[in-house]
Amino acid sequence: MNCELTTKSLHGYLDGELDAVRAAEFERHLESCPECLAELESQESLRASLQQAQLRERAPLGLRKKILQDLPKPATTTRFAPSLSWQWLAAAAVLLLAVGGLGWQIASSRLNFSAQQQLSAEIVDAHVRSLQPGHLSDVISTDQHTVKPWFNGKVDFAVPVRDFADEGFPLQGGRLEEIDGKTVAALIYGRRKHEVNLFVWPENASDESVHASSVRGYQLLCWRKAGMEYWLTSDLAQPDLEVLQHLLAQ
Amino acid sequence: MLEPDDRARFEQLVLPHLDAAFNLARWLLRSRSDAEDVAQEALLRAYRFFDGFHGGDPRAWLLQIVRNTCYTWLGKNRPAELMTEFDETSHAVEVRERPQFGGSPETQAIAADDRERLTRALEELPPRFREVVVLRELEGCSYKEIAAITAVPIGTVMSALSRARRQLKVSLTSLQGKDSLGKEVTREL
Repeated sequence: MNCELTTKSLHGYLDGELDAVRAAEFERHLESCPECLAELESQESLRASLQQAQLRERAPLGLRKKILQDLPKPATTTRFAPSLSWQWLAAAAVLLLAVGGLGWQIASSRLNFSAQQQLSAEIVDAHVRSLQPGHLSDVISTDQHTVKPWFNGKVDFAVPVRDFADEGFPLQGGRLEEIDGKTVAALIYGRRKHEVNLFVWPENASDESVHASSVRGYQLLCWRKAGMEYWLTSDLAQPDLEVLQHLLAQ
Repeated sequence: MLEPDDRARFEQLVLPHLDAAFNLARWLLRSRSDAEDVAQEALLRAYRFFDGFHGGDPRAWLLQIVRNTCYTWLGKNRPAELMTEFDETSHAVEVRERPQFGGSPETQAIAADDRERLTRALEELPPRFREVVVLRELEGCSYKEIAAITAVPIGTVMSALSRARRQLKVSLTSLQGKDSLGKEVTREL
């Protein structure tokens, strides 16, 4: 391994961490350097072995519970109780009125707040369930032309299935989910080691721009376009999820 | 002092990354039971320092604490392990002297991989190299995240990964020359 680029760029290239200019430079170099090409192939097969071996180990089941028990109790919640005087009551009444007024406004908009929250929780539950071993996909394929027809006859709408492997979000498969009493399509995209679930169903209402939220540490993005409602969820950071949202909304 | 809201936020932002925390500890300590203790300690420390967390990536923030807790634990309980830094020059010699099994030994070794052999090869890496492989290949962290977790510049992450992966291939090749009990069956040229 004498080639200077082997040490300088090969691993960055393998990990998709080179900028476009340096990646192109390295690809040109590969054409004339059998040494780098062989090393790249060898490193790719090492990576494949590591992936197949599934070396990531999950925490033992009881650990989460043990930690929750051990967390010191926060400052007590009774801070207000001793001084619950008429001033506090008056302040509370004003607050209630304000919240009530706000609630009225929100409720009259289409995004009914509590319904929306309930839906978010349902979506995250479905996402978490899908991460259990063997639950992620009913049809496992990275080929959109295999996944799309699989939905035929299972749902009564055309599922927009697209692969974004080139953009770093490879399609991994699809399955059916029950959300809000409806049968909806779920598509799974990968992002590094993370799974992203996209839930899609027809919704007869006007378009809505993207709305972001988070439930139990999972990020959610939802929007509506051309009579279809879309929900994206993952433990990915919001900016990563937004990249996929932009691709899907194109 | 932490407020009740902080506890809810902690459970929402940090606790979902418990598996990542445990996995990093398991590989740094090479033991599930030690990892369980240390991951628990790290989570409690994270909770104590939670008012120091001002947004950003909660997983990277937690893993940084897990990593520090692991190194402190190793320093106290198994200090010798921290001394085994990877010596480039001696390994370079070793690579050349390693018996060859015909064809390309490294591709052979990797093709015939199994979980146990990869586990041993990964555990043989010095901790500073093991952690970058674990964060990259098992946890899917970007270079930027690894740099933040291990407190080194991004360029160092890249060179550590390249050395770690080369070393991993060397170990895999040499492990193929040992039987299942780890005894060397072929060492002499």
